[in-house]
Amino acid sequence: MRGFFYVVSALVVMALAFWAYHENYQTQQALREVKQLQRQIGSAREQLGVLRAEWAYLNRPERLRDLAELNFERLQLMPLAPEHFGDVSQVAYPRPVTRFELNRTMDVSTAAAAAEEATR
Amino acid sequence: MTRTPLRPLARILQARARGENPDAIERENIRIRHERMRDRMRLRAESRLVVLALAFVMMFGAAGARMAVLASTEAEEPRAGGVGPAILATRADITDRNGRILATNLVTSSLYAQPPLMIDPERAARELAEIFPDLEEETLRKQFTGKRKFLWIKKKLSPEQQQGVHDIGEPGLLFGPREMRLYPNGRLAAHVLGGAGFGREGVHSAEVIGVAGIEKALDVQLRDPARGGTPLRLSLDLTVQAAARRVLEGGMKIMNAKGATAILMDVRTGELVSLVSLPDFDPNDRPVPLLKGDPSDSPLFNRAVQGRYELGSTFKIFAVAQALEEGIATPQTMVSTQGPLRWGKYRINDFHNFGKELSVTEVIVKSSNIGTARLAQQIGATRQRAFLDRLGLLQPVPVELVEAPAIHPLLPGNWSELSAMTISYGHGLSASPLHLAAAYAALVNGGTRVTPTLLHEAGRAVPGERVISAETSRVVRGMLRQVVQRGTASFAEVPGYAVGGKTGSADKPRPQGGYYEDKVIATFASVFPAHDPAYVLVVTLDEPNITALGETRRTAGWTAVPVSAEIIRRVAPLLDMRPEIEPGDGFGVRLTGN
Repeated sequence: MRGFFYVVSALVVMALAFWAYHENYQTQQALREVKQLQRQIGSAREQLGVLRAEWAYLNRPERLRDLAELNFERLQLMPLAPEHFGDVSQVAYPRPVTRFELNRTMDVSTAAAAAEEATR
Repeated sequence: MTRTPLRPLARILQARARGENPDAIERENIRIRHERMRDRMRLRAESRLVVLALAFVMMFGAAGARMAVLASTEAEEPRAGGVGPAILATRADITDRNGRILATNLVTSSLYAQPPLMIDPERAARELAEIFPDLEEETLRKQFTGKRKFLWIKKKLSPEQQQGVHDIGEPGLLFGPREMRLYPNGRLAAHVLGGAGFGREGVHSAEVIGVAGIEKALDVQLRDPARGGTPLRLSLDLTVQAAARRVLEGGMKIMNAKGATAILMDVRTGELVSLVSLPDFDPNDRPVPLLKGDPSDSPLFNRAVQGRYELGSTFKIFAVAQALEEGIATPQTMVSTQGPLRWGKYRINDFHNFGKELSVTEVIVKSSNIGTARLAQQIGATRQRAFLDRLGLLQPVPVELVEAPAIHPLLPGNWSELSAMTISYGHGLSASPLHLAAAYAALVNGGTRVTPTLLHEAGRAVPGERVISAETSRVVRGMLRQVVQRGTASFAEVPGYAVGGKTGSADKPRPQGGYYEDKVIATFASVFPAHDPAYVLVVTLDEPNITALGETRRTAGWTAVPVSAEIIRRVAPLLDMRPEIEPGDGFGVRLTGN
């Protein structure tokens, strides 16, 4: 019984040692990966910074204005002016689909007079 | 183990034969057995103690060793932690109020040489001179073949130049990484941003420091690593700034002016939406400051902040506002405008003769020097000074530009009654256009003081100290509106935006003393819409002149006013302001009738 206990505990110790080494190597591997990823993130950020700067440079108001002027015939873009504001009431309503047709006319004044006559 | 019997038969028989007590033998044996047992137990306990002590020694040893390791190694953040955005950018970006980039960083390289490592210095010198036209082949040859061990060649390289240097293949030419500041919008907002240069330089890095403008004023904040790369958000609006600069540049050319400035400011928060000063420069390639002569001739000079001018009749509204506030006059009070007004040996005249007397409203609308001087006489020098101080006109403007704190307004040495009279119509006190904008904002926004700022903070709008009552502010706005409707600033009418404002044309002082006959500073300080003020616009033109209707015109009404009107027409829609119909005429003024 005692011998069995010794063998089992030795096996457990070996298993634990294996597990600990394994974890250690995995951690080291993960740290290496993190380092590499951080380098990648760094270079990606660098690229992002360059792209952002280029985007800002290409979108500088001066250049956009020159482009709008160059392509005026196609785009017809003008600086925003107060006249360009519209009002909701200026927007036409869609035409009503059903329409009431008035084809029978009726003289209202004579009808009213007739009604008055009748009440007297 | 063999158990020894307590009563061995042989010894007991011998003892009985000798007549002794055999129990003594048993007791003796029990004693010996107990002593053995005791020794065994002691040994076991001792070994346990040793094991326990060993365990403690190991634990404390481990803790001590860890402490020693921690104490002797460099501190290091745990790397598995979150990745900060500050891996690359050491200096924060600057953006406009909508997040569009005004200043950012770019990685580039610097070029240095180590002549001892060079294989063919002559060829290197020749090829470098080909790549960089501004370098002399002869000087480079001398430097490379001389005794020097190290020298800088270029601080910033473009990628093409770097490839060119690579292609030389000289091992003695080396690159160092550099971070440079880039202003993608070029001249736009040049005076606000200022510029940046290199501070301490090493081979592997160099610190980027601000040299002017907000880059220098907020240098520490921008470089703070704890910021984590959060961009600095300015109150400027890039689109508005571009439109204002475009119009102002055109206006400056049409009016043949030497310089111009435009300031657009939110009347409640004091946020500067646009700040233009012309001529300007490219902050990516800052010109060298002038070493002699007038600094205002340099494009580096920020007229909006550094320019101290006598701002002329735009000051009249301050005298009138104070007279109304202190109950000295009402808008209908008649003031004598019989000229010339004599004070000692001095005479004060009007641009036109306005007859015997005018109401206070008409004094502003027609811009009468004599009328405001008479009001200033009644106010008195001490109270006038205190009032202008409360408007912030006597102290430097606390705006976030490094140039601003040094710009103290030029005050008369002795604030006499005569000074009070001349200051009431804008002579004898020189302030910057930014001072004027802040003071106008305080007058029209309901009467609370405004501190100009370049930083955008959502939900600021904390009213400052009260300067005039809301009622006086309303009356002042009505007067400013009438100046545009039927006074000196009739060109400022922009349909739908109810512009109100005051013109000012001041003769430029000669450096030798006295005033130029034909050089003026034309200013128009305006507010729109006058019935519900949102923005203050101050436009100043330096030495404008234009020929209109067969005459050379220099006054603000012909120069600064049309330019302002065009700026408002272009800028107001960009600020999301719809043209609207203003309330009925005589508003405000009617409400204060007694």
